[in-house]
Amino acid sequence: MLLFTLRRLGVMLLTALALTFVVFFMTNLAPNLEKLAKSEASVRMSDEDVTLWLDRNGFTRPLLVRYGEWLGAVPGWTRTAEDGVITGRCIRNGLTAETAPRYCGVLQGDWGQSTVFKQPVTEILSRSLGATGWLMFWVMALMVPTSLILGVLSGMREGSRTDRVLSSFAIASTATPEYVSGVILIVLLGSATAGISPVLASWGWIEGKTLFQGTATSAMDKITFWNFALPVLTIALYGIGYIARMTRASMTEVMTQQYIRTARLKGVSFGQVIMRHALRNALIAPFTVIMLQFPWLLNGVVIVETLFNYKGFGWTLVQAAGNNDIQLLLGCSVVAVFVVLITQLISDIGYVFLNPRIRLS
Amino acid sequence: MSDTTWDPSKPILEIENLSISFFTRLREIPAVMDFSCTVMPGEAMGLVGESGCGKSTVALAVMRDLGKNGRIVAGSIRFKGRDLTTMTEEELRHIRGSEIAMIYQEPMASLNPAMKVGEQLAEVPMIHQGMSRAEAWALARQIVADVRLPDPDRIINAYPHQLSGGQQQRIVIAMALMAKPALLILDEPTTALDVTVEAGIVDLVKDLGTKYGTSMLFISHNLGLVLDVCDRLCVMYSGEAVETGDVRQVFDKMRHPYTQALFRSIPLPGADKNSSPLIAIPGNFPLPHERPKGCNFGPRCDYFQDGRCNAGDVPMSVVPGDDRHASRCVKWAEIDWAAPPKAGKTTTKLEPGRLVLKMDDLKKYYAVSTGAFGGGLKKVVKANETLSFEARENETLAIVGESGCGKSTFAKVLMGLETATSGQIMLFDENVQNTPIQSRHPGTVSKLQMVFQNPFDTLNPSMNVGRQIIRALEIFQKGSSDADRSEMMLKLLDMVKLPRAFAERMPRQLSGGQKQRVGIARAFAGGAKVVVADEPVSALDVSVQAAVTDLLMDIQRENRTTLLFISHDLSIVRYLSDRVMVMYLGHVVELGSTDQVFSPPYHPYTEALLSAVPIADTRVKKRRIVLEGDIPSAMNPPPGCPFQTRCRWKSQVPGGLCEKEVPPVQVLAGGHQIKCHLSADVLAKMEPVITIAAE
Repeated sequence: MLLFTLRRLGVMLLTALALTFVVFFMTNLAPNLEKLAKSEASVRMSDEDVTLWLDRNGFTRPLLVRYGEWLGAVPGWTRTAEDGVITGRCIRNGLTAETAPRYCGVLQGDWGQSTVFKQPVTEILSRSLGATGWLMFWVMALMVPTSLILGVLSGMREGSRTDRVLSSFAIASTATPEYVSGVILIVLLGSATAGISPVLASWGWIEGKTLFQGTATSAMDKITFWNFALPVLTIALYGIGYIARMTRASMTEVMTQQYIRTARLKGVSFGQVIMRHALRNALIAPFTVIMLQFPWLLNGVVIVETLFNYKGFGWTLVQAAGNNDIQLLLGCSVVAVFVVLITQLISDIGYVFLNPRIRLS
Repeated sequence: MSDTTWDPSKPILEIENLSISFFTRLREIPAVMDFSCTVMPGEAMGLVGESGCGKSTVALAVMRDLGKNGRIVAGSIRFKGRDLTTMTEEELRHIRGSEIAMIYQEPMASLNPAMKVGEQLAEVPMIHQGMSRAEAWALARQIVADVRLPDPDRIINAYPHQLSGGQQQRIVIAMALMAKPALLILDEPTTALDVTVEAGIVDLVKDLGTKYGTSMLFISHNLGLVLDVCDRLCVMYSGEAVETGDVRQVFDKMRHPYTQALFRSIPLPGADKNSSPLIAIPGNFPLPHERPKGCNFGPRCDYFQDGRCNAGDVPMSVVPGDDRHASRCVKWAEIDWAAPPKAGKTTTKLEPGRLVLKMDDLKKYYAVSTGAFGGGLKKVVKANETLSFEARENETLAIVGESGCGKSTFAKVLMGLETATSGQIMLFDENVQNTPIQSRHPGTVSKLQMVFQNPFDTLNPSMNVGRQIIRALEIFQKGSSDADRSEMMLKLLDMVKLPRAFAERMPRQLSGGQKQRVGIARAFAGGAKVVVADEPVSALDVSVQAAVTDLLMDIQRENRTTLLFISHDLSIVRYLSDRVMVMYLGHVVELGSTDQVFSPPYHPYTEALLSAVPIADTRVKKRRIVLEGDIPSAMNPPPGCPFQTRCRWKSQVPGGLCEKEVPPVQVLAGGHQIKCHLSADVLAKMEPVITIAAE
């Protein structure tokens, strides 16, 4: 088990290296660098000035070396100008050539400086990840139990009325992307002029103008049901349908298995057949799907955070990409890669525990 | 929950005029019609019939578990005097598992893979007797010991996949016995198991029946097994009971043409492919919605009389003088039952020709890794060890052994799907042991062909039959034009006795026997000289088996083919093979002519194997030799003789030689080879396992 985990971790690191290199390559393409030079120095720079600026800031050296620097495996560049002033990758934030460390990369915890927010990338990332963490937590807390219950309820009696009603709901919800359901939810519940809020307000049933708030900005300071319900619901709806469909498929299959008949003909009551015999076997397949939802949530939050103006990871990613913020983009990609890989590791290990057939002897 | 008003001298189960139908959107499909039977306390009732005859449906109806589409449309099922057909779901729940328990065909599928064995066992008394968890586990442990499983403490804490097939079936039996039911329904309980394991299970079931006085409803297609286990018998055909009565009376004095035809189509000791060939039942089983008017068996019956047999429904009529013996035949009193069967065509035995295939010291090892996440220890599985034999033209060589003995690996190596680890395979004069099938010459490939076990999976479902055969012809580079090849294809269909119109059919429109015929036609498309038939009839019904076997024999006779017949069914092997090779754990333990292998001296394993095969003949007396335990894993074979862990003759060999050395091959009179340490005089003293009482 330990060996397995270690090997998986090794593979994970390799994957992370490869993926970040790809992102590094893409973000460091010549047009991007030119844009960077113009936004950092002056928009009206001539081509020669751009080259000069890039050369001065260490962007003209080979890609692999720069990647190594960013990683922290290669010493940061230093450069002595004609006037004797030493500049370098690690010489900033009030450090001088003497006090600055030789290496300053991701490995040293130096993720660079965001050009948009004028803040260290680590600071931005930790703040936005914290915000997104809360969002994800509430999405999962809503999505997983709801979808499993829906899936099990509709799968335990295939073709029944309950099954058809729940399946229709699941299909409808999973067929509605977040940018559609989000807008619908805002119009329906979070608008002061449309939907049910004006009616409720005129009856005096709600205090404010709207039932729920259409923006989640205030949730950055304090999460309340009022400001957080809509973004959570928007993301969860899509996932609920998806996981419920998976659970249902798995459940209907399990219900036709012979061991379920065995249990039934042993005199086990229907409820117990479901709880004791079917459930565990039926949850093996959806477990993998649920773990796959984590990386997918990272994508889902991009749309929803932008829609609800919630300054989490997705919002940050959009800002970084939109403003050619290379360091921040790289940081985001590292985080994304690790989230994906770690959830997959957890998924594989959890699978072994759910399914005794592949457990170590 | 048992009903105190029930009188133990009354039948425990009474099924009267039961009719069951399945309802589809299209139509109502009657599955069982007018079925009656009675099971007395302590009695074992056998339900026999081919697949689709409705025997399992009857069992499920007793359990009232017919699914959404199945419904009991008429009749009653009374259990201890109470009608099961009118019971509520809650009442049924109390009866299921506590009063009536069921044992299923596939033990692996009927155990919950994610629950420990003990937990699944303990559940029964916890539900029905409200037993505490600890008590229930203690009882589970005791019952596990009762079904003769070794190390019950380990077993109850194991998951089903950690047990072997035989052990799993014992667990299923244990589960059925947890509440000491009054009636046990066994639905083909041993079909998925090896013969020696089957023999152990059958012994156990019989003993438990006597010990607990449980009545049994035993469903099987194997007549020999029913003779072994049951007191009474009910033969079913196409949804109806056609004959019922005491087992021995039905076996010796059958009074229904179907029963008679069934017995004539199974190879019993004494049947011989040349002098008294099997008689297949002509025609096919009628589909449930295409049953003929009157007697269902009418169109296939030798005694059919137009206007009488198809006039109207045939009722059961009692055969006087016997014990509750009845037959569903209008003519049973007129038929001369003692008349010998119309002599089939007899043939003369063909002499084996030149040497076609020679294997010399063939070895096939696999390296496997253990451990759930890959890695782990690398182990070597010795699938075939020092395999040497010869096969001649015209000869049928049977390869016999239980699962895991290496017979399929041998076939794969021969076909070129795997390459040998060492040794030689000579096909005619060509050395093929290291040539995988992709690099073999089409001529070689067409000379060496295979008929597969499962005809349902080996035909491409989206290609019509003619096209599949033409495809084989193309690959074998036969025929010069498309027209030429399609003519050849039609000839092949003639050869396997299928109508030419079948060329246009899709595989799903064919029955199992017909599919297997297509498989045979495909194998012989290139004029195969050596055909490996891997259990070619074991997936087919008995009546079809005879027809397919005879077809193979006919084609062999015409083409002078060498047939390597891989099988676990010793009855059929005895019937059709000239020489027999018995394998155990990758070793050839015995090799000789059919007579040599089936009569003493035996290899100890062959002896046990012969004893384990149930024979549907009341005249046959068998010595029972039940092997203890399971076949050892090929990954971890015992040291010395592979069979020493289960051998009952081990004590006859001095000095514990069996545990130390792999025995040498002893060559006895007539080229009979036995791989055993037993001395020649001990071997000579062996007694025959099967004796046929004089008539």
